[in-house]
Amino acid sequence: MEPTIPQTHYLNSPKGLKSWLFTLDHKRIGIMYFAAIMFFFFFAGLLAIILRTELLNPGRDLMDAEAYNRFFTLHGAIMIFLFIIPSIPAALGNFLLPLMIGAKDVAFPRLNLASWYVFVGGAIFGIYSLISGGADTGWTFYTPYSTSTTSSVSSMLLAAFILGFSSIFTGLNFIVTIHKLRAPGQTWFKLPLMVWALYATALIQVLATPVLAITLVLLLLERTMGIGIFDPAMGGDPVLYQHFFWFYSHPAVYIMILPGMGIISELISHMSHRKIFGYNAIAYSSFGIALVSFLVWGHHMFTSGQSELAAVIFSFLTFFVGIPSGVKVFNWVMTLYKGSISLATPMLYALSFLVLFTIGGLTGIFLGALSVDIHVHDTYFVVAHFHYVMMGGTVMALLGGIHFWWPKMFGKRYNEFWAATSAIIIFIGFNMTFFTQFILGAQGMPRRYYTYIDQYQSLHVFSTYGAWVLGLGFLIMAIYFIHSLIKGKPAGNNPWGAIGFEWETASPPPTENFVTQPVVTHGPYDYDKVLIPREMPTRSEKVAR
Amino acid sequence: MADHAKTHAPLDEHVAHHFTDAEQQRESSKLGMWVFLLTEVLFFGGLFCAYAIYRSWYPEMFHAAHKALDVKLGFINTLVLISSSVTMALAIRSMQLGNKRQTMYHLFATLIFAATFLVIKYFEYSHKFHLGQLPGKYYTYTGIEGSNPHVFFSIYFVMTGLHGLHVIGGMIAIIIMLVKTSRDRFNALYYNPIEVTGLYWHLVDLIWIFLFPLLYLVS
Amino acid sequence: MTNQTSHAHHHITPLKIYLGIGGTLLVFTVITVLVAGFDFGPANILIALLIAGFKATLVAFFFMHLWYDNKLFFVIFASSLAFLAIFIGLTMYDTERRAELDPIKEHPIEAQAAMYKNRPAVTGGAAASHGEATAAPVDTNAAPGH
Repeated sequence: MEPTIPQTHYLNSPKGLKSWLFTLDHKRIGIMYFAAIMFFFFFAGLLAIILRTELLNPGRDLMDAEAYNRFFTLHGAIMIFLFIIPSIPAALGNFLLPLMIGAKDVAFPRLNLASWYVFVGGAIFGIYSLISGGADTGWTFYTPYSTSTTSSVSSMLLAAFILGFSSIFTGLNFIVTIHKLRAPGQTWFKLPLMVWALYATALIQVLATPVLAITLVLLLLERTMGIGIFDPAMGGDPVLYQHFFWFYSHPAVYIMILPGMGIISELISHMSHRKIFGYNAIAYSSFGIALVSFLVWGHHMFTSGQSELAAVIFSFLTFFVGIPSGVKVFNWVMTLYKGSISLATPMLYALSFLVLFTIGGLTGIFLGALSVDIHVHDTYFVVAHFHYVMMGGTVMALLGGIHFWWPKMFGKRYNEFWAATSAIIIFIGFNMTFFTQFILGAQGMPRRYYTYIDQYQSLHVFSTYGAWVLGLGFLIMAIYFIHSLIKGKPAGNNPWGAIGFEWETASPPPTENFVTQPVVTHGPYDYDKVLIPREMPTRSEKVAR
Repeated sequence: MADHAKTHAPLDEHVAHHFTDAEQQRESSKLGMWVFLLTEVLFFGGLFCAYAIYRSWYPEMFHAAHKALDVKLGFINTLVLISSSVTMALAIRSMQLGNKRQTMYHLFATLIFAATFLVIKYFEYSHKFHLGQLPGKYYTYTGIEGSNPHVFFSIYFVMTGLHGLHVIGGMIAIIIMLVKTSRDRFNALYYNPIEVTGLYWHLVDLIWIFLFPLLYLVS
Repeated sequence: MTNQTSHAHHHITPLKIYLGIGGTLLVFTVITVLVAGFDFGPANILIALLIAGFKATLVAFFFMHLWYDNKLFFVIFASSLAFLAIFIGLTMYDTERRAELDPIKEHPIEAQAAMYKNRPAVTGGAAASHGEATAAPVDTNAAPGH
């Protein structure tokens, strides 16, 4: 039977712009977040391509040093605050969480809508900062430069401050939702692992973001009144600023990666129709990561004059992050073993994640080692490391998640051939761009310079070519997604034959998600007990036929 | 509950569509408020951290600078805020017992205490403004020995200023509760918003309980 | 998850407890001011914090109902304090020990900020000379009892 799209669903009832702007439906808010973050992703991605193009030759090509500073600050600040932090929790998570736990909505729908408006408000300040010349401090706003520069840092600080509230609202909402709105029979250990990951993420959001808020308030006051807490000229201590900043911003990198890990847990199990290996270990390791993330921030300050003893301790503690991350990777790999693996696009991204995140994670261990870090600190090695974790990890997971849940979100299929092609192009382009930067960094190329000595040029050129390839991959993706929205074929309720409440309802789901309250009868990954046939045949299955 | 059928109707009209019953909604909103209070603790925590570090770096300056604060006014303000916490707790209790009039009295008393706190704070601030005991580069006072006394006043003003903003926020919430109570929006079974406002108000009190000895009683 | 038929019993705290706690808090406020008049050396701040901590515990347990309510709320509140302790603890582990290998790092870079350079030196206590226009004769506002 050919699947059809239901007459009324959350996207078309009620109709009209106003019904979207005032909606309390978590799915619509998720889609609105999705639109916003995708806009910022493409914008900041364009900036990245411009930055790479500038680095094609040493010396000035497109811009001078000052403009370059503003461009990389903008790239970093937008990618971090406007794209990657809200990406998975606020966009995909908002859409999925109530569906996955069989609820009608999140616990506080108004707060949820407010968080989107706060996000947009913060974004407007960010754009204002851009129009009024842009900040040139890097996304970290280190003092004393950030207190003395005349570029428009203050509006960027305000933007980050406001965006923090949006993040807190989402985190708070998710915690309460997961505690109070689970379907009958859905105990904690019958939750999909994505929900565990979102919960751990939400914990970090509410614990760390307030410290960022107060840090930015103090920095704003430092700029306007010289309060003497962070500014050395006024008797303050710039290293103290770094403590304050990284107490938030280190856990924040786990705000970025943890939900990605949640998505990968889902993809690996559902796309290989195999019960997840080590459910408890993966669930607990999310908490392990959340906890350890608060103990390691000092590894960003090995060379900035903190106590040597503290540096040694932070370095030691940093190694512990590797344990829960390793636990997850090994469990995912074990899940694949003897699974009925479909190599459809979501799985391609999940496999990319496994490779790239492992490289990113392992180089993180190098950087956490005090003596190694002194050598590669502030070089391209660091740049490559965090792009492997953030882009190779989070963005790959996000893309995998989008491809996996796209049929649910819009009820339509996308072109599988072009999707797989673009996934492969992105994988190749990514490695061309950033693996090169590991080598550059190990050779001593410092980050944040618009120029370099001639001997680095061949690697820089290769990296820039990689960025262009990456850009091509994303261009293809934009085209087939838009095509799918307009002309995509109906996807059916459960194209992947996956287990989960979200696949039991229509695609796209009705406004209140479920016609009748779903009840849990089996575990979230019980592929040994229930097997649902795939409606969307995989390439290998097509060949077999 | 004896007249269950009677009390059920006014209760259920407050339950939002995505909750199954009133108890789930009540527990959710309290949990939400507690998580919010957690963020507040960490928000002020940053200031306490800055305080601890600068006090340990400049113990003599802190000792000298804190003498500029008026212990008497700080003490009175502490009593005022504690009293407001008592009346807030009593307001909730009165509503639990279904006594609308008493609830309004207690809420009003809380509001008066909060206003008193701010008035006293205003006099403290204006005295310091007059003397030039201002934060950061606006500090012009010359009577305090030690390194960088302006840092003490920066910390003092940021801490008490942010606390003051929270008092104002709490007052707005209490006014809303007062209006809603007068319009019979609450009853002995549904008083959730007052309860949650109370939690927030007690935290504002709680923070002041620490600010008072740390800022006014450095010895 | 929750029982749908019966409404859970809401705890109503006896009036005596509220007034008793309120009275205790007022008494301990007086005590903390009185104690501050004595010098116990480095224990001063510890005593002040212990009294404040005791008062805060009373507020949290009785006014905020942690004593009776869902234990989850207690866990949330306690974890906020635990993570605050991590933040302050690890940060101070650096700021207190920075000078161990390198004494120059003991204090912030400027022991006296540049803005004090053009001001008359403080000669201590009441005898300070007039500074800029707004500075009134000093020490008239010093708190009593110190």
